[in-house]
Amino acid sequence: MANKKTDFNFIKKTVEDVTKIRRTRLYIPGNNPAMIRNSPLFGADQIIFDLEDGVAVNQKDAARILVRNALKELDFGDTEVTVRINSVDTEFFEKDINEIIPAKPYAIVFPKAEDEKQLLDVCNQMGVVEEENNIPIGSIKVTPIIESAWGILRAENIAIACDRLVGISPGGEDLTADLGAIRTLEGEELLYIRSKLVLAARAAGIQVFDTVYTNIRDTEGLYNQTKRIVRMGFDGKACIHPCQIEPIHRAFMPSEREIERAERIVEAYTMAQKEGVGVICVDNRMIDVPVVKQSERILKRAEAAKKR
Amino acid sequence: MKIVRTAQAGTLESQDVLITVQKGKPNTGLVIELDSPSAVQYGSKIQSEIETIVMEFKIEDVHIKAIDKGALGFTIKARTEVALKRACE
Repeated sequence: MANKKTDFNFIKKTVEDVTKIRRTRLYIPGNNPAMIRNSPLFGADQIIFDLEDGVAVNQKDAARILVRNALKELDFGDTEVTVRINSVDTEFFEKDINEIIPAKPYAIVFPKAEDEKQLLDVCNQMGVVEEENNIPIGSIKVTPIIESAWGILRAENIAIACDRLVGISPGGEDLTADLGAIRTLEGEELLYIRSKLVLAARAAGIQVFDTVYTNIRDTEGLYNQTKRIVRMGFDGKACIHPCQIEPIHRAFMPSEREIERAERIVEAYTMAQKEGVGVICVDNRMIDVPVVKQSERILKRAEAAKKR
Repeated sequence: MKIVRTAQAGTLESQDVLITVQKGKPNTGLVIELDSPSAVQYGSKIQSEIETIVMEFKIEDVHIKAIDKGALGFTIKARTEVALKRACE
């Protein structure tokens, strides 16, 4: 993986960076002090302070400075904090990077990701700002949102563009428009895209997050859609209102049976490791490393469900 | 920096503050006019947060009106900084 300017002492992503529980990623409008202040209380696994679509064009400067100050002064506890900046083709992009990076969010949510070169340029630019502010290079991670047909075709290259990348996601609304498709409850128009992003993310060893469910009153529809994307392999889902957190967490909650089986698999694997046994069987089925990883994911989700 | 126009930042929504910056009369220094429901408890803290930002801008004669709706320090400082930037640009 290339990090042109910063190969020397680049802080590489850790296992925690790509396995952390991130079932919910809640967008908080970047120019709303009350929402920003209360954001850790909503119970989302991750907060995204939004400087892009959630902010009027004539308030971009105000949102940028407000979010920067919030990052520097507020305590968000164990809620992971990220910032969605404006896309690289806008006049706001550089100002966003220059103000937000020094305030050290966990990650930058990068919209309208188009290809690997663009991503690498952005990552290098982040490195320059980190260096200027004495922040270890590579500390701040990136999660791109792919919002065009072209970007989807490049998804597997985007996913490995830079070692800062810890997850990718589709931008449902813009993508549907770009495809000339119609958004449906069943999501058939995004089926291929979602499948492709899961594949690209897993091949790159990073996480994958689903797009928002825009009808905030339809919590049952949200629950059903989340159940579907959990089955597809997604690690989390973006949300636009605190009332969407509970249905998403419920959909990510594994069943008693899944938990019980996962516990047996992990236990059998740990024992086998200790005893130097190569092949293990649970319920008369051979268990391989990917199944163990999946079981660990299930147990982490069950653990997270106890807290939130 | 020099103030070239009157400018505002913030809103009158809960937990926000509306800051209006305008050029002060010569040799009047920094004048802060504060309207806050918690002026008795937090008035001096709010004033000092505004002052800190004005000092960074090195502006001499400036009149600032702050209508506070229960804003925390991070908001007061952000709104003051943005209003000053808008006034000076």
